[in-house]
Amino acid sequence: MKWDICDPSVQYLLHLGDDALILGHRLSEWCGHGPVLEEDIALSNIALDLVGLARQYYQLAAERVGGGCTEDDLAYWRSDREFRNHVLVEQPNGDFADTMARQLFFDAFHYLQLEALQNSGDAQVAAIARKALKETTYHAEHSADWVVRLGDGTEESRRRMAAALERFLPFTAELFTPAEVDRVAFERGWGPDVASLKGPWDHLVLEVLQKATLERPEVPHKLLRGKSGIHSESLGFLLAEMQSLPRAYPDATW
Amino acid sequence: MAPTVDLEARFLDYVAAENKVEPKDWMPDAYRKTLVRQISQHAHSEIVGMLPEANWITRAPSLRAKLILLAKVQDEGGHGLYLYSAAETLGTSRDQMVDDLLTGKAKYSSIFNYPTLTWADMGAVGWLVDGAAIQNQVMLCRTSYGPYSRAMVRICKEESFHQRQGYEIMMHLARGTQEQKAMAQDALNRWWWPSLMMFGPSDDKSPNSAQSMAWRIKRKSNDDLRQEFIDKTVPQAEFIGLTIPDPDLKWNEERGHYDFGAIDWTEFFAVVAGNGPCNTERLEARRKAHADGAWVREAATAYAAKHSARRAAPSPAASKAHAA
Amino acid sequence: MSTPEQWPLWEVFVRSKNGLSHKHSGSLHAPDAEMALKNARDVYTRRSEGTSIWVVPSSAIVASAPDEKEVLFTPSDDKVYRHPTFYEIPDEVGHM
Ligand SMILES: [Fe+2]
Ligand SMILES: [Fe+2]
Repeated sequence: MKWDICDPSVQYLLHLGDDALILGHRLSEWCGHGPVLEEDIALSNIALDLVGLARQYYQLAAERVGGGCTEDDLAYWRSDREFRNHVLVEQPNGDFADTMARQLFFDAFHYLQLEALQNSGDAQVAAIARKALKETTYHAEHSADWVVRLGDGTEESRRRMAAALERFLPFTAELFTPAEVDRVAFERGWGPDVASLKGPWDHLVLEVLQKATLERPEVPHKLLRGKSGIHSESLGFLLAEMQSLPRAYPDATW
Repeated sequence: MAPTVDLEARFLDYVAAENKVEPKDWMPDAYRKTLVRQISQHAHSEIVGMLPEANWITRAPSLRAKLILLAKVQDEGGHGLYLYSAAETLGTSRDQMVDDLLTGKAKYSSIFNYPTLTWADMGAVGWLVDGAAIQNQVMLCRTSYGPYSRAMVRICKEESFHQRQGYEIMMHLARGTQEQKAMAQDALNRWWWPSLMMFGPSDDKSPNSAQSMAWRIKRKSNDDLRQEFIDKTVPQAEFIGLTIPDPDLKWNEERGHYDFGAIDWTEFFAVVAGNGPCNTERLEARRKAHADGAWVREAATAYAAKHSARRAAPSPAASKAHAA
Repeated sequence: MSTPEQWPLWEVFVRSKNGLSHKHSGSLHAPDAEMALKNARDVYTRRSEGTSIWVVPSSAIVASAPDEKEVLFTPSDDKVYRHPTFYEIPDEVGHM
């Protein structure tokens, strides 16, 4: 990466943007392959919101990097070790229950995060958060609707939904374990203490699971450090695909 | 049966006077059948047409391009939905239509059986394939069946952005590096002829055309639509410095139209018959999505049944109780 | 009739600006009212035209039979009809 992206506020914006971009990218993989036409369209809408949100964070980050850095430089020219997203959001889609479990866990976190970011000491971040909160409320309703329907649907959907919760719950500890990027953001008044979001998150998720007549699985937490650039193996493949064109034609603009 | 003949004659007068036919109106059986076939085929084309473009969403070379392409492909899903709904007003369920697609009984536009190999194909598809589709769809806004016409009006409003985004991609590539320009020209070379085939065979070889025109389902001939498309598109290609891959293409002052070379209809019929480069993959993808989604659809149905008392419209018994 | 697996059909009405009435936008399939409302938002207000959405089960709509004087046709057997889409065409057919 030819740009200096070490500035802590840039790092924080990248962290926020990377979650949105990577999850939006994953959801966009559903486009054309959804379980029913109406849901195909709904998933694309959420993907559009998330990639749109990522752009806002990256544009702000690029401005702060300066020297002509662009949002696309940040998305397409960083290596996986420079990405700051949670490991949860880069996980492959799996079946529809997997996608909805991943989404429920992230949406609940994202909602609480944005709620806090509305009062960010970084006025530009606060402005982005205010707008995104409305969209994210809708995303959270959408994933909750589905977790409830799959949990309380048929035998098969219930089994799949329970398995999906079990698969993704271990990834959620990272959401509430402060990494360097969170600690700095909290110290400077840009973002919340992520550990403090755990209680409200448990509450939101539990409410949905109860409606879904599902138990919260007892599973050990994974030790993850995506926010410090140590990702799962799947991110490398995701980026290889996503970044292929600009890297194959480095002199071109698109 | 004299009364039937009379009705059919009156029906022809009715549509000839530019009246719209609505779901509850009487219509000839053949009119209904033709519409179901045409509208569902059109809907299938929108849905299958999502696949070649969705193929590049995860590889779009900029975030802006990614958003535009995703929104565009999502729009096509919406178009499929509007069209299935229009066809449903004629008494055929969406399930039935989807079944016909997945079993190979129903057709969809052959253009989507060609592969999208480079990013420039996103430009060529938007510019040429959506462009050709729009030519047809603008005409269909005035089709005689009300629900179909209204669906087309909605679709046309959304389509204009599709062609423009495609052309913008081509323009950008054509003005880019040598490699980008070559990519754009290559895409035009591969998509030009299949796009012309989208309008279908010449009218003298297209047995249903005359009947469709009489019913005012169709308002212009295949050849006229094709000619309009060529006349419109050639200057657009020239403007960005790309060459249409047709040595016989030239302006005919007398006709006021471009003359163009012969279309290879054997290729067209081979693709229609299922032997295009991607027929198998496209149908496989649709079958897989449908099969993988079955348990999801069933789950939502089961949930709705369990909770219907609370959520759905009040049952007759409930509303009676309320009234009392 | 549809097979049991198919979700029921809903009619969608959107009020695009305050002061105007809800207008028929189209239809969609959804398992229940809640999902119908959310899908309607995704399908029919993708360009954020909507400020208020109604969804109505298509089966709950009672449609008038065509008026013979206007339409010149005798109404057909009701069984062939599934759902009516009976609102006027917007006039912005204009350019592509
Ligand atoms: Fe379309
Ligand atoms: Fe289109």
